Amino acid sequence: MKKVYARPAYCMNCHLCEVNCIVAHSRSRDLFRAYKRENLRGTARVIVEERLPLSVAVQCRHCDDPRCVAGCISGAMVKDPETGIVYCQEDKCVGCWTCVAGCPYGAIRPGEKNGRPVPLKCDLCREADEPACVAGCPNRALVFEERRAGA
Amino acid sequence: MPTLSLMPPEFRVARDDNKCIKCLACVRQCGFDAQQYDAEDDRLYAIDANCVNCQRCVSICPAGALTIYKNPPPMRPNAHWTEGHLRNIVKQAETGGVLLTGMGNDQPFPTYFDRLLLNASQVTNPSIDPLREPMELRTYLGSRVEPVTLEECRDKTRTPLVPIETPIMFSAMSYGSISHEAFASLARAAKAFGTLFNTGEGGLPEDLYEYADHAVVQVASGRFGVHAGYLNAGRVIEIKIGQGAKPGIGGHLPGEKITAPVAETRMIPEGTDALSPAPHHDIYSIEDLKQLIFTLKEATRYQKPVSVKISAVHNVAAIASGIARAGADIIAIDGFRGGTGAAPTMIRDHVGIPIELAIAAVDQRLREEGIRNRVSLVAAGGFRSSADVVKAIALGADAVYIATAALIALGCHLCQKCYTGKCSWGIATQDPYRSRRLNPEIGAERLYNLLRGWSHEIKEMLGGMGINSIESLRGNRLHLRGVGLNEVELKLLGVKHAGEAM
Repeated sequence: MKKVYARPAYCMNCHLCEVNCIVAHSRSRDLFRAYKRENLRGTARVIVEERLPLSVAVQCRHCDDPRCVAGCISGAMVKDPETGIVYCQEDKCVGCWTCVAGCPYGAIRPGEKNGRPVPLKCDLCREADEPACVAGCPNRALVFEERRAGA
Repeated sequence: MPTLSLMPPEFRVARDDNKCIKCLACVRQCGFDAQQYDAEDDRLYAIDANCVNCQRCVSICPAGALTIYKNPPPMRPNAHWTEGHLRNIVKQAETGGVLLTGMGNDQPFPTYFDRLLLNASQVTNPSIDPLREPMELRTYLGSRVEPVTLEECRDKTRTPLVPIETPIMFSAMSYGSISHEAFASLARAAKAFGTLFNTGEGGLPEDLYEYADHAVVQVASGRFGVHAGYLNAGRVIEIKIGQGAKPGIGGHLPGEKITAPVAETRMIPEGTDALSPAPHHDIYSIEDLKQLIFTLKEATRYQKPVSVKISAVHNVAAIASGIARAGADIIAIDGFRGGTGAAPTMIRDHVGIPIELAIAAVDQRLREEGIRNRVSLVAAGGFRSSADVVKAIALGADAVYIATAALIALGCHLCQKCYTGKCSWGIATQDPYRSRRLNPEIGAERLYNLLRGWSHEIKEMLGGMGINSIESLRGNRLHLRGVGLNEVELKLLGVKHAGEAM
């Protein structure tokens, strides 16, 4: 499946992927409303890990055999059999955070939306052609492509 | 340093809090620590005194919340004591040092390109539509000898001509003064477009030898990175005598910029200052220059044309004549607007002559002496548009070098702080945190686009004049007219005033 891959040589630590992620996952899809009215600052589903000068954007790897899905006690976390995308059916989540504890990449963070628990994790912008983090990366440090296993 | 600066900051960073989303991109991207974040109070603020107006934060801000303003002059208006003079004096009173700067001369000297206008065809001669008819921009660089005898045809000491697909090349910028990313962008774009880039005096990094066929490899007074493999890999060899931004003085790349890969490429110890002497210590005359030219030709079995680059100075025509007679195949002349990574401000702003006058003088002199065919003439120093290129070629140049324009295409905003090594745009820096901002894939595309756009425009201008080949424009000064120029200027440029007929 097509996944987001980081190219650390060109990641310049601007964190705009996080901003674009937040806007793409907001109700309004508007930068100012997302931050100023919906208060979504800090809810990015992609996180830029820094060990300067190196930095790299980390998000869900959409594993073949995802531990978050195996561990989910309410059946909220699922892997779409067609697209391979691992995502959370937010209305079913009970906030036990087993997925957060189980993710080997640290790519899931606990969050909340309208007072309900929501695991913050990448869904590859399921409805868009290209994830917002990739589309908005100013230095092409993120690419969305098909790679062979182990490549 | 005194605790109290006598000068208020030159720029002011204005943040629109209604727009700012506190994503901190500005703080992470500012190369000069002007943008700051106070995590305790969750507050962004700016240290205006650090701001150099490089516009990195403004460009990267996703909310469009930032504007940099120039502060009003810190003084009563005074036409003689300008703000620049005041700031320089105060800086020197504090430091006692030589004023340093980067990029080209920014003073309001006349730009003759802006006082030259081009011709176009009307009724009596047809103009050409470059979209419908072939138009030749390919230019051959090198020495064209007089009609030859059979023996001369077999002359093994004649260097080949080098074709370039557009009369625009990238001027010398060394690896060390610019980042590997910027250097690679230039190399890739030159190869993709079929023109040449120039290694500057810093050698060619090992991993970029695949682009060597499109490299002008420079041999400068410091001889950094020069070895037989380097000379034989390049397409053209260039002896750098002078640079338009700093005629008569050498170079100094500070030790902080000599990282391990730069040191390896330059073949000097890591962390040591790379000092290029002002003169070549083996060249004190035209005869000495001839020796070096032929040393280099011997070393490359006469397969590489040799270029000699000088800055445009008062006696440029006579010097160029000497260079042509010394056996150079190409003469590159760098005008007083030419850029630099670091130069003393006074030198940059007050030494040299305009490139327009230098081209005209050199072309005229070489023609009068009947040796114009022996050399190609490459003009450099502040070419801003395709119109400048066309005017330079009409004045007598074969091709031009661009560097500042290329850097602007890569993101440079002319903040003139190249010498600090802190470039926020990842160009004039060796700091891996900063240089990675310039993805060579993107950089090469942008440079390619620039060359493509300019080349298109050159074809349009040629077509308008009824010319279908750049070769037919060279030195064709009848296609130029001056506006607002006095008689001496017109005579030196060899052009008529606008309104005068053929």
